[in-house]
Amino acid sequence: MTTLAVLEQREGVLRKISHEVVTAAQRLGDSVDAVVCGVGPVQGTDQVGKFGADKVVTLTNPAFAKYAPEACAQALAECAKQGGYRTIVFAASATGKDLAPRVAAKLGVGVAGDITDLATDAGAIVVTRPVYAGKALLKVKVTAQPAVLSLRPNIFTPVERPKAGTAETVAVNVPAGRVMVREIKAAPAGALDVAEAQVIISGGRGLKEPANFKVLEELARAFGGHAAVGASRAVVDAGWRAHADQVGQTGKTVSPSLYIAVGISGAIQHLAGMRTSKVIVAINKDKDAPIFKVADYGVVGDLFEIVPKLTEEIRKLHG
Amino acid sequence: MKIAVCIKRVPDSETRVKIAADRKSLDEAGMKFVLNPYDEFAVEEALRRKEKAGAGEVAVICLGPAAAQETIRTALAMGADRGVLLQADKIPAYPFETATVIATELKSTSWDLILFGRMAIDDYNHQVGPLVAEQLGLPCVTAVSHLEIEGTKGVAEREIEGGIEVVDFPLPAVLTADKGLNEPRYPALKGIMAAKKKPLEVKPVQPGGGGLEVVALTPPPDRKEGRIVGEGAGAVGELVRLLREEAKVL
Repeated sequence: MTTLAVLEQREGVLRKISHEVVTAAQRLGDSVDAVVCGVGPVQGTDQVGKFGADKVVTLTNPAFAKYAPEACAQALAECAKQGGYRTIVFAASATGKDLAPRVAAKLGVGVAGDITDLATDAGAIVVTRPVYAGKALLKVKVTAQPAVLSLRPNIFTPVERPKAGTAETVAVNVPAGRVMVREIKAAPAGALDVAEAQVIISGGRGLKEPANFKVLEELARAFGGHAAVGASRAVVDAGWRAHADQVGQTGKTVSPSLYIAVGISGAIQHLAGMRTSKVIVAINKDKDAPIFKVADYGVVGDLFEIVPKLTEEIRKLHG
Repeated sequence: MKIAVCIKRVPDSETRVKIAADRKSLDEAGMKFVLNPYDEFAVEEALRRKEKAGAGEVAVICLGPAAAQETIRTALAMGADRGVLLQADKIPAYPFETATVIATELKSTSWDLILFGRMAIDDYNHQVGPLVAEQLGLPCVTAVSHLEIEGTKGVAEREIEGGIEVVDFPLPAVLTADKGLNEPRYPALKGIMAAKKKPLEVKPVQPGGGGLEVVALTPPPDRKEGRIVGEGAGAVGELVRLLREEAKVL
């Protein structure tokens, strides 16, 4: 049984999340074919064999210079049909969340989306997905054929399992579609998205005012490009931070290696969004704050003294 | 402008989740339900578009149990004109079935815009909008956080990792709303009173049951009891040591 792993690229460079998709696809069967849509060769596809892809196919079309949802969906659906794949795996990234349902619908099925675990049980695929923002886990058997899955980012750690990884390029003939990405407005240089960051430093009302987030930004910088600054709903609703940064049930659900909650009391809807983080640190002046109940390590006190000291220590380590 | 907004009744985000005795579903007793927060952005956007056009209709469509009438009334109180409850005792676990029921209802009218929330905060599926769009053959933009419409041309912005995509699309279209699109209004007392008299049609539906089979609904594993490392900046040295040597994340 061969699984189709759908990779992701931006501006001709494979996105790292693609390695997670290949790694997870490997767990389902004997072989993995990987596919990516690109305007031409995609840099990084030669690395995919290392993570267990037997074959990497680049589907090319002039429309694929930017994300072309309709053209990509059609090309991928045709690829899935021709290959007779029983399982198709996407990343539940911003693009994957948009693309997977389109491809699934063309194959006459839905998506088992945003999954955090997968296994096979007597030939059937069984997946786990957090629901109610992680307040519960739903385990479902996918009986739809084919099974279309999308993986929550940062859960399936890429594992090297070298395979041949033969490469193929196929020019596909699909219409460009009606929905066209005109441009991508880039976030400020160096800004990492909270959904994909390995380290997240989130701030809440305890920061007192928007300008004070600079102490968290300095700590993030000390991690040397691996850290993003997140925010609680309270401060996003107050307009201090962008919604893109919000962690919680009406924001992003994140699973970084290290989550540092600063001046966040820990409302249930916030805890729901970050409780799958591998290690949680809480810094708060109120020793009874609910955030300390989920934190592995807590420091009680004035964040304006603690955070700069922590920044200094992290800088020494990364110095 | 003729606009349909597809909404969902979901447990309030501050609600604690209780799992039912069958270990496959929620124990809904005593739970508070609300209009899905992302759908509020969709309803608000529809109202603003209609107000701007100066004419038209905003219809809200909801697949749900009888109690979802209350959810529809919330949208009517915000200002929507009429509601349709596609009544089913059980919401399908498989979003494809949900999409099929909703698409069937939408087919009977020609809409300029069909709006959804980006996702429901209960099942986190973020796919019923695009599935419906595919079934209706309409263009679709998901997770829209900014929108401009001129005649039959639309420009939407959607957030991606580390940036914002600016997307051109033609109307009619299916859009899913993200936070940031607008600031939803609170229903005023006048709106709440008026909502009671607005038409709400109830249509029984029977969604199919295939695609996904629920094996279990379980609470997430408890996090290991943590500890307070200390107080103030003096505790930072020990914190860093623990993160390096014990947690091994530095």
